Amino acid sequence: MSAVLDTHGHDDHAHHPTGIMRWVTTTNHKDIGTMYLWFSFTMFLVGGIMALVIRTELFAPGLQIVDPERFNAMTTYHGLIMVFGAIMPAFVGFANWLIPMQIGAPDMAFPRMNNLSFWLLPPAALLLIVAQFTPGGGAGVGWTMYAPLTVQAPMSMDLTIFAVHILGASSIMGSINIITTILNMRAPGMGLMRIPLFCWTWLITAYLLIAVMPVLAGAVTMTLTDRHFGTTFFNAAGGGDPVLYQHIFWFFGHPEVYIIAIPAFGVISQIIPAFARKPLFGYTSMVYATASIAVLSFLVWAHHMYTVGMPVEGQLYFMYATVLIAVPTGVKVFNWVATMWRGSLTFETPMLFACGFLFLFTMGGFTGLVLSIVPIDVQLHDTYYVVAHFHYVMVAGALFSAFGGIYFWLPKWTGKMYNETLGKWHFWLSFIFFNMTFFVQHFLGLAGMPRRIPDYSLQFTEFNVISSIGAWGFGLSQLLFLYIVVSTIRSGKKAADKQWDGADSLEWTHLPSPPPYHSFETPPVLK
Amino acid sequence: MSLAAENRKLLLKLTVIAVGMFGFGFAMVPFYKAICNVTGLNNLLNADRTPVNTQVDMTRSVTFQFDANTRGTTLKFKPLQRHVRMHPGEMTVIEYEVANLSEVPVVGQAIPSYGPKTAAGYVKKLECFCFRQQRLEAGEVRRMPVQFVLDGDLPRDVNTITLSYTYFEVNAAAAAPRAGGES
Repeated sequence: MSAVLDTHGHDDHAHHPTGIMRWVTTTNHKDIGTMYLWFSFTMFLVGGIMALVIRTELFAPGLQIVDPERFNAMTTYHGLIMVFGAIMPAFVGFANWLIPMQIGAPDMAFPRMNNLSFWLLPPAALLLIVAQFTPGGGAGVGWTMYAPLTVQAPMSMDLTIFAVHILGASSIMGSINIITTILNMRAPGMGLMRIPLFCWTWLITAYLLIAVMPVLAGAVTMTLTDRHFGTTFFNAAGGGDPVLYQHIFWFFGHPEVYIIAIPAFGVISQIIPAFARKPLFGYTSMVYATASIAVLSFLVWAHHMYTVGMPVEGQLYFMYATVLIAVPTGVKVFNWVATMWRGSLTFETPMLFACGFLFLFTMGGFTGLVLSIVPIDVQLHDTYYVVAHFHYVMVAGALFSAFGGIYFWLPKWTGKMYNETLGKWHFWLSFIFFNMTFFVQHFLGLAGMPRRIPDYSLQFTEFNVISSIGAWGFGLSQLLFLYIVVSTIRSGKKAADKQWDGADSLEWTHLPSPPPYHSFETPPVLK
Repeated sequence: MSLAAENRKLLLKLTVIAVGMFGFGFAMVPFYKAICNVTGLNNLLNADRTPVNTQVDMTRSVTFQFDANTRGTTLKFKPLQRHVRMHPGEMTVIEYEVANLSEVPVVGQAIPSYGPKTAAGYVKKLECFCFRQQRLEAGEVRRMPVQFVLDGDLPRDVNTITLSYTYFEVNAAAAAPRAGGES
């Protein structure tokens, strides 16, 4: 290892081009992490505007601001952009910033591939946005892109398919980089069972990504050849079957939800011990629970499609297997609670977001259990109950965890402290408006309001009004977040090297705040 | 081995997994068909075996409705009878008519579906135009039979069954002959 490191003698001053070329050509994991995070925040705003179009249209029954085709395009691209453009790149940004510092490596294993992984994202995002302005408008097919609708969709579908290909390639390269870094580049003495849990969750997530992103690429490739090259994978007239698409898609899609959730678990597993001032309870069981969730995620895909007409034996199998996932997930939740038990707790903003995550993600998990039960799911399939469920795990789960992570590591990354009062305001506004938006959607779903429809019956009006006001409140609260981050970078007070006294991973104990451009060029000495 | 070489080796292994999983996505296509064949799921294009017990159950009768749709084609397609009333176990033949009013030959195929969908397993089609594609010359009008028996095990609460066909025009690229499997 040292043979590689000795070739670079500089350690505390950076040699890099300045201006825009610094960012285009950079191979530094910290620069790339920063770009991932800003990119994902930008896409979060774009996807958020689409969400506000949806919620504004649903403020009142009848058609107000968009026609049904545009509305369906909004639900489609809101989903795709939030999943592939906002949440996933945000956690890849965390991975780039943190994994090398937490395992004592100088950089990622393949710095140039890292640069390529990032720079594939903006063109893909551009394709998804430009698709709105092509003849025929955006494809109103849902983020799941079910055949046969996709086979008949306008040309924006082709742009979408190409964007998914590019995003997939980017994710796969990023994953290869992360796995190689964690497996091969740990500092001497940093055994696999000593790395911080955030690194473990990313190691497992990266394997999931490598296993399922190519399957999604295959599914959209089949859609593409069905559209243009005369194949009939999903076209009944040629002997194809649209249900086949759903099987292939959800073979990707179910692990995908864990790809989003597992790094969030990792961030929470760093924050809670730091503010409880206790080591994480049950580190080993956390690792095994995460790995079990990952393995089980491959075996439960058809619980998304109970209503396609599968035999009752199939429904029973997928129901029991899905319920089984509650066990390792429960292990994790109880371990987090046990970490807090009798800790010296303080509630700074990162901890508030972690507690919000714990509370709301568990609720999302419970509604997931409700939906896993076949007879109930048959009633609730494609209603707002499902929408409420997955926003509890995606927004209150993954997004809150990302916010918590930003507040937690911002002092380390920038060397400056954010405004704690404003941070708490951001948390409480987000928490209240989030619940205002999505809690009532459970009731809408139970009452039978279908998802992805721009109009609704009059009896749903009150809850939709509450939900839409909540959505605007939630959206505007995020501008406060932007202000907090920008003002921290510009004029935050100096942060300590170990800003959180309970934090114990290497980036806190061995590196100053902010860390030098090149850190750990000589591996740290571990006790 | 140097770190760079070890990294490259791992890169190669992981790339092989990714490429393999891309192939796996496509392997699910024949795998899905094989599963459907073995389990008898989604058995739309094969003739069913005649039920062993051909006793006609005179104690109950079921209304059978016939429906026809077309998708992506100018063909005219309709059942010659809208409904029949029949006993389980009774052999029934009805006819559909398809007309090609255009001036070019057209290849098409019908795909059946049932309402309620649970009835699908009890309708035994012994002969059906939906098992194969039809080539209709310009201006041709053709009558096509479907022969079926209703299984006596049909749940008692099902009194009405709708058999609906959707007629697709098979485009040139997709017109490769599709065998009906074991039939």
